[in-house]
Amino acid sequence: MIITTNLSKTYGTQTVLKIDNLEIPKGQSFGLVGNNGAGKTTFFSLLLDLVQPSTGHILNNDVQVDISEAWKPFTSAFIDESFLIGYLTPEEYFYFIGELRGQNKADVDALISGFKDFFHGEILNQKKYLRDLSKGNQKKVGIVASFIGNPEVIILDEPFANLDPTTQIRLKGIIKDLAANKKVTVLVSSHDLIHVTEVCERIVVLNKGEIVKDIQTSRETLEELESFFAG
Amino acid sequence: MIFGALWMIASFLSLGFGAFFIIEEFDLGDPFRVVNKYMIYYLVMDLVLRYMLQKMPITNIKPLLYLPFKKSQVVNYSLGKTIVSFFNWAHAFFFIPFSIVLLIKGYDPVSVIGWHLGMIALFYCNNFINILVNNKDVVFYGIASILAILGICQYYEFFDITLYTAPFFDGLYDLPWIALLPWLVLLGLYFFSFSYFKKNMYLDGGLALKHTEATSEDLTWLDKYGKLGTFLKNDIKLIKRNKRSKTTVIMSFMFLFYGLLFFTGAVEAYDGPVWKIFAGIFVSGGFLFTFGQYVPSWDSSYYPLMMSQNISSEEYLNSKWYLIVIATIASTILSSFYLYFGWDAYLAILVGAIYNIGVNSYLVLWGGAYIKTPIDLTSNKKAFGDKQAFNAKTLLLTIPKLLLPMAVYAIGHFTINPTAGYIFVALAGVIGFVFKNKVFKIIEKVYKKEKYKTLLAYKEKA
Repeated sequence: MIITTNLSKTYGTQTVLKIDNLEIPKGQSFGLVGNNGAGKTTFFSLLLDLVQPSTGHILNNDVQVDISEAWKPFTSAFIDESFLIGYLTPEEYFYFIGELRGQNKADVDALISGFKDFFHGEILNQKKYLRDLSKGNQKKVGIVASFIGNPEVIILDEPFANLDPTTQIRLKGIIKDLAANKKVTVLVSSHDLIHVTEVCERIVVLNKGEIVKDIQTSRETLEELESFFAG
Repeated sequence: MIFGALWMIASFLSLGFGAFFIIEEFDLGDPFRVVNKYMIYYLVMDLVLRYMLQKMPITNIKPLLYLPFKKSQVVNYSLGKTIVSFFNWAHAFFFIPFSIVLLIKGYDPVSVIGWHLGMIALFYCNNFINILVNNKDVVFYGIASILAILGICQYYEFFDITLYTAPFFDGLYDLPWIALLPWLVLLGLYFFSFSYFKKNMYLDGGLALKHTEATSEDLTWLDKYGKLGTFLKNDIKLIKRNKRSKTTVIMSFMFLFYGLLFFTGAVEAYDGPVWKIFAGIFVSGGFLFTFGQYVPSWDSSYYPLMMSQNISSEEYLNSKWYLIVIATIASTILSSFYLYFGWDAYLAILVGAIYNIGVNSYLVLWGGAYIKTPIDLTSNKKAFGDKQAFNAKTLLLTIPKLLLPMAVYAIGHFTINPTAGYIFVALAGVIGFVFKNKVFKIIEKVYKKEKYKTLLAYKEKA
């Protein structure tokens, strides 16, 4: 689904990302871990064509993302609050995204009704604009919005951060369900090794912009990761 | 903001030195008394401006709460900081030169000093009143509309508020000890603000961010326009729900009346025939110039979303273009009151509108690609000019926006006749309109080329 070739990103003399070759097959739940500055967000931004690659390119379903826009209909993401429109209510935001992705109001209603538990009564019908919601609640909105319109690739940057424990557990369930559906490729980055090993089939560790580990998740993965980061 | 401030200082300075002589020249009576007569409007205008632009001291209190200061120190510091605000000392550029002129002209020094001190206190009273009414829109619109009504009443001589207020300002001069009164009021206001803030200095009290209850409006009638409707719905909400965009649209409304300067012959310099086109462009293009020139900055806070969602650059630009076109048509309809000045005046506006739609709409979108200034929708701080918005490229683009249509008109006007001038300008607009797809392809390319730089610039918050 996603093929990365000779990809690198350099600012001045500093190379922040250098991935020679990375292939993510369709339907995989893919986890990206690494310390601050490891290049996780840079990689996701490159995938979304928000940053221009210094060398190389990314193919998303055979579409080269920095040349064509044809990846947009089947790709969705929530990176940070710049993916939210502050002056809309959560409902209006969902409908807006829905309309962009060819979903009518009923489709969107049907989808978000499935996330009642996840919202925990704090999102819908609150008469609040997104800019007035707490960080955690904003995140919930952004994550659910990225599920609208049956995307084939979903990119979530640090989805667990800022969420309360109950919501974290629910989110794990949601991502696992998505991963079980073999049509959707989920890319998740996280600082939380436990969460990421639980929900991802494959984990790639970035360090200073380079891939240092590429693991199929197993029983031993968590230990392996912990010893790596303790190093 | 810097430009705005320099402009204010310059105009205050020239008024400070010139007001006395101008009033003398026009023989309106004792210049000093005339100034006092209109002082009430000056004071209220000051309050309105402050309300719109002056930054509130509470915004920076939070980090101080956790540090080892006494609460009273924090409050004094925050209130004290407002005392050195530009909005206070800017007036000195008027009052100091004006007072000097008064002294030179032989007004009684003690009285002038009394008057001057009294005025200082009054403007500082405004400072604290503004802090106390902060964000209470009802108060603001109340004051602004009372001011407007009083102004109109005075103009038509129904009722003259200055008859009641002028004696007070005169009193500051005639009996200098009266200056003590505003100082007492000022002290009172200071202590009132002090205790008010001290009492409310809690995160869930006075420091809580004010949340407005979300309102939703039914815009489903736009649904039938497909994706275009989706964007238009969003832009309407953008304009209605954010301070900055609201101010901008109100400003664009003012442009409607700009033509009065030309068609009433109020300004002599504007009497040349070519200026009619200039007026026509501005009257119909208020929205285009104020709102349009900041596309895509209006979407700066969620630009990454717009760039990665299922939106093609073409759809995005198209929706903005339609918004500008709709607003231009609306302005043209609203400005039909210029028919009062004859067909010729309205024809200039119609022709201007055609040129705005056919040519200028592209130019603002094009120029927007180079203005990489993020906009903070929730604040009015930079609503009146932003130095980054004036760069060489955007300046270059104003030439075809204003000078070109004037030149085209001039060619027609002076070689054939005025009608030909109008036809030429309108034709330029129509030609632009016909080539819309071609031009859009070029603009799209520019947007794509600038995309990464724009995203980076928006990320580095203003």
